[in-house]
Amino acid sequence: MPEPMGFYTDTTVCIGCKACEVACKEWNQLPAANGGRGEISGDSYDNTRRLSGTNWRHVKFIEQFNEDRTEARWLMLSDVCKHCVQAPCLEVCPTGAIIRTEFDTVVIMSNTCNGCRLCIAACPFGVIDINPASDTAQKCTLCYDRLKAGMEPACSQACPTDSIRFGPIGELRKLAETRVRQLHLLGEPRARLYGADDAILGGLNSFYLLVDEPEIYGLPRRPRLPTRNLFTSSLFSTAGAILIALFGVLSLRKRRMDRISV
Amino acid sequence: MAECHPVAFRWPLKAKVEHGAKLIHVDPRFTRTSAMADVYAPVRAGADIAFLGGLIHYVINSRRWNTDPFFKEYVVNYTNAATIVSDDFRDAEDLDGVFSGLLEYTGNKKDWPFDGFVGEYDARSWQYARRGKGRAPRSDPDTPFDELIRSLKKPPAERDETLQHPRCVFQLVKRHFSRYTPDMVEAVTGCPRETFLHVAEAVLENSGRDRTTAWVYAVGWTQHTYGPQMIGCCALLQLLLGNVGRPGGGVMALRGHASIQGSTDIPTLYHSIHGYMNAPSALKRHESLRDYLAMEASATGYWANMPKFMVSYLKSMYGDTATPSNDFGYDWHPKISGDHSHLPMFVAMAEGRVRGMICIGQNPATSLNAGLERKGLRNLEWLVVKDNFLTETATFWYRAPEVERGDVQPEDIPTEVFFFPSAQVAETAGSFTNTQRMLQWHFKAADPPGNCRSDPWFTYQLGKRLKQLYADGAVARDQGLKNLTWDYDPDESTSIPGEPDIEKVLREINGYRTGHPEQHLTGFGELKDDGSTTCASWIYCGVFPAPGRNLAAGKEPDPPGQVGSHLNWGWAWPANRRVMYNRASADPQGRPWSERKKWVWWDAEQRQWVGYDTPDFALTKPPTAPADPNGVGLDALPGRAPFIMKPDGVGWLFTPSGLIDGPLPTHYEPAESPVQNPLYGRQTSPVLKYWKRDDNALATVGDERFPYVITTYRLTEHYLAGAMSRWNPWLTELMPELFIELSPELAAEKGIENTDWVRVSTPRGVIRAKALVTRRLRPFRIAGKVVHQVGMPWHWGWEGVVTGDVVNELTALVGDPNVSIHEGKAFVCNVERGGA
Repeated sequence: MPEPMGFYTDTTVCIGCKACEVACKEWNQLPAANGGRGEISGDSYDNTRRLSGTNWRHVKFIEQFNEDRTEARWLMLSDVCKHCVQAPCLEVCPTGAIIRTEFDTVVIMSNTCNGCRLCIAACPFGVIDINPASDTAQKCTLCYDRLKAGMEPACSQACPTDSIRFGPIGELRKLAETRVRQLHLLGEPRARLYGADDAILGGLNSFYLLVDEPEIYGLPRRPRLPTRNLFTSSLFSTAGAILIALFGVLSLRKRRMDRISV
Repeated sequence: MAECHPVAFRWPLKAKVEHGAKLIHVDPRFTRTSAMADVYAPVRAGADIAFLGGLIHYVINSRRWNTDPFFKEYVVNYTNAATIVSDDFRDAEDLDGVFSGLLEYTGNKKDWPFDGFVGEYDARSWQYARRGKGRAPRSDPDTPFDELIRSLKKPPAERDETLQHPRCVFQLVKRHFSRYTPDMVEAVTGCPRETFLHVAEAVLENSGRDRTTAWVYAVGWTQHTYGPQMIGCCALLQLLLGNVGRPGGGVMALRGHASIQGSTDIPTLYHSIHGYMNAPSALKRHESLRDYLAMEASATGYWANMPKFMVSYLKSMYGDTATPSNDFGYDWHPKISGDHSHLPMFVAMAEGRVRGMICIGQNPATSLNAGLERKGLRNLEWLVVKDNFLTETATFWYRAPEVERGDVQPEDIPTEVFFFPSAQVAETAGSFTNTQRMLQWHFKAADPPGNCRSDPWFTYQLGKRLKQLYADGAVARDQGLKNLTWDYDPDESTSIPGEPDIEKVLREINGYRTGHPEQHLTGFGELKDDGSTTCASWIYCGVFPAPGRNLAAGKEPDPPGQVGSHLNWGWAWPANRRVMYNRASADPQGRPWSERKKWVWWDAEQRQWVGYDTPDFALTKPPTAPADPNGVGLDALPGRAPFIMKPDGVGWLFTPSGLIDGPLPTHYEPAESPVQNPLYGRQTSPVLKYWKRDDNALATVGDERFPYVITTYRLTEHYLAGAMSRWNPWLTELMPELFIELSPELAAEKGIENTDWVRVSTPRGVIRAKALVTRRLRPFRIAGKVVHQVGMPWHWGWEGVVTGDVVNELTALVGDPNVSIHEGKAFVCNVERGGA
C-alpha cells in the first residue's frame, strides 16, 4: 500500500496564472463552459467562479486594498477537492460510487454513480457537481490514472512556481511547517496551515498555507461530517418520538374520557 | 514578470523562498507580479527614466557609495567614468533638455520619405577628448584587412582617475542627474517619496563586493519614444553599482516571444545582419566591403575581428561565387535605403508604395493605429498570411470594423489575400534562444495535419522558387539571388516532402571549413578573413562543433548543491558564456570580489582565467597585462578591461556613439502626456519619430478631451494578438472579454460601475470595453495635478472563439529614433460610460 498522497498548496507563491485549471481540463478532457464564450465576472481576474463537475480546479482572487492603498494585497489560491480523510461525500453516497483509493485519495467512479446528488449537498467545500456530459457527480480524482502510472497530477506538474506541491502527505506537512515558521520570522504572523492536521475532517489530503482567516478565501472554518450530527439529531428524534407518544396517549385518553362522558 | 513570463518567474520566487531574495516591482499597475513582491512601487507610465535617474542620483550621493572602496574600484577600472569628454559637449542641463548638436532632419531620401524623424543629432561633440586626431582610414581596394583595421586606430582618450575633472564622464553623469532628487521623482513619477527611498536603499544595500542586484524588464520599458534610453539608464545604474559581469547582476530583457532574442541574433530586422553587424546601407559610406568595414569596425576591442565575421558571413550567403576578387559578393548584398521597420513600412503601404507583403505569425490588422495599418493592407496588390487560424489580417477585407460600418466595401479592396495554414511549434524541430542568449533545441513531436507547413518549409520552398524564377536573370540586381546558397535538402526522405534539413541550417549558422561542410568550426576564434571559413553568424559559432554534436540539444543540469552555471544545458552565445563580460566578476588583480560572488578569476599557477563559467576574456592574458599602445583588437586593451566588445574595454556610463538620441538618458514625456515635462522646457525627445498624417493625430499636452494616461499590456491567459490563445476555449473561458481597468476614484467621477460598458477614445479611434473597477489602479499626483491612469489588455479582435474590440485602434505611430519601437505603453485617452 503506497503512502497517503496529496497536495500542499502554498498560496504565498500562487501567481494566479491558472495553468492548473488548464492542465486539469486538458488531461481530464473537461469542456470549457459554453464553448469558451462568456462574460467577465467583474470579480477581479476570476472568471471561473466556482468548482463544478467540469471545473475541478478554480483559482480564487482576493483583492485587499484600503482606500489610500497603504494596505495592498492580492491573494490567490487554487481551490480543489480536499480529499478529506473523513470524507462527507463518501459517507453519504448510497451506491458506493465514491471510494477511498490506495493513495488515500477520494475518487468518484462514474459508472457506479446514479447522479442522486447527495454528495453535492454533503461536501462542505462545494467541490462536487454534476458533469452534464456524463450526468454523474464529478470532481478532482487527484489524477488517479496518472498516479497509477507513477506520474504526478497534471495541475501540480504545470504549476510554474511550485505553489501546488504533490507528494506523500507526511513530507508535505514537514515542508509546510517549515514554510510557516519562515513566514513568521519574516514578519507574516498571519501565516497558518489549513487542514494539515486532523482537526478538519480527520485531515485534508489537499491542505493549504494561508495568510489570512480561512473565510477570506471562502474556506469554512470548521466543516463537519454529516454523521457528527447524528447524536444531536437523535436527541431531537427521541424527544419528538416521546412528544408524539405522549400526544397519542393523551388523545387516546381524551377519546376514552369523551366516550365515558357519553 | 508573473503576468507575462509565469514560467521564468519560477526562479525569482525560488530565490525569494529558498534564499531570502527581496523582490521589488516597479509598475504603473498592481499586477500579479506586484502581488508576489516585497515592495511595490507605483509609477506613472512613461516616467521610468525619472525613477531610474533618481536612483542614480541617490547612489552617487550616498554615504555608502562614497565610502565603500568597492564602488570606486569597479567604476574607475571597469567603466568610462574617468574618461574626459570633448570641450564642445553641452549637456541637457545646459540646453533645457537638449544635447549639443541638434539639427533639423534632412536625411529623407526622395524614394523613401518615410523615416519619420522630427530632428537629428550631430554626435561629434559627444566624443571623448583625445590627444591628436588619428589617421584617415584606409579602405582602398587592395588594402589588406589587417591594415585597414590598424588604420582605424585613434589616439587614446584623456582620463582623470581621480574623477574630479569637470568633463570626466563621472562628473557629467553626476551633474546630469543632479535635479533627479526624491522630491522630483515623486513629482514626475507619482511614486511616493518614502517608497522610492525604500527601493533606493534596498538596491544600494544589496550591491557591492558580496551582493548583487539584478534588474528585469519587458516591453513596459522598450515601447516608448525613449525606450532604449530607459534600458541604458538602468545599465548606467548597474555599472555604478558594480552589478554587471557578475553572478546575480545584469539587466535582463524579458522577451515577448519564445525566440525574440534569436530573431535579433539571426535577425528578422531590417537594419542588422547576423551577429549584430549593421546592415549594409545606401545611406552610409558603404560602397565597398572595405568602406563598410572602415565605417563599422573598430581597431580596438573584439570588433577588430569584424573582417573575419563579415567575410565568413558573405561566404555563407554566396558560397563558391564569393571570392576575394569580387569582395566576396558584397555588391550583391541588399542595402537599406531608409527606415524599413514596421511603422514606416505601413505608412508607405497606406500611400500605395508597397506592392506585396508576406505575414508569418504576425497580425498587423490589430496592430498599432490599427485603422491606419488596415489602410495599408487595403493598398497592397497581394498579401500572404501564414498562420494557425484565419486571423484578423487574413479577413480584414470583409470583417474589419470599417467594413462592418459600411465605410469600406470589400469589392473596392484590390488586395489579393493568400492564406497558408501553419504548422505548430511542436510539429517542427529547431532552436529557441532565450533572454540569457541560450539556445535550446526542440524536437519535432508530430507531423502537422493536412496542408499545414512549418515556417522553414515555407521559406525554403519560396527561396527555391525565387531562385528558379531568376535563374536566367541578367541584370546586376538579380545576381544576389542567383548566387545565394540555398541547399538544405535532407539526405534522407522525410514524412513532409520539401521540409528542409534544419541541422543543415544550423551547420551553416555555426560555420565550417569552406569546401568541407563536415568539418564544423568549434568557435569564432577559428574564423578567417580569406574565405577559408564559412559561417553565417559568428556569435553562434561553436553551437554545433561536430556532426552529431548539437550542443543546443544538451539537457544536462548541474547536480544540486553546485554553483550552477549549467554549461551542459543548452548552449549560450558567445562561446557558451552564461554571464557576459564575466572578467568583471574578479577585481582588477583578477581575484574574486568575494567568496560568495566568485565566478571567474585568474589562476596564477595555471596562468589562465578559470571559474564556474566560460571566461569572457583572452584566456591567458594576465590581469596585470598593460595595453599595447601599438596593438589592435584585444592587444590594445589592458588585462583589467572586461568589456572586450567595447573599443576602450570598459562599460559606458556615457555613450559617445551608438545611440542617436543622446549620450545620457534624460526624462522626456511620452509623445502624448497630460502634463508639461517637470524637468525640462523640452517636452518630448527632440529626435523621436512621428509620422504626421490626419489618421495619426496626436493629442496636445494637457488636451482636456483626452485627460487620462492609458497603458496597454498582456494577460497571462492570452498571448499577443490572440492567434495562439483566442481560438482555444480552455483559455478563452478564463478571460472571455476585453476590459479596461480603472480606479474606483475615476469610476466614481465618470459614473461608471463595475462591468459597465465603457467607450474609450483617442484622436485615432474609439472602442468599447467592459469596466473592471479595481484599487489595483490608483490616481497619481503629478506636478501638483491629479492624473488618472487606465489600463487595457490588447489581445482581442473580431476572429476567434471570443471577440472584442481592437485596442490598437487607439495607439499612434510614434517611435523611438534608434530602433523605431512604437509607444504603446503610455499615451492619453478619454473614458465615458456607455457603448453597449
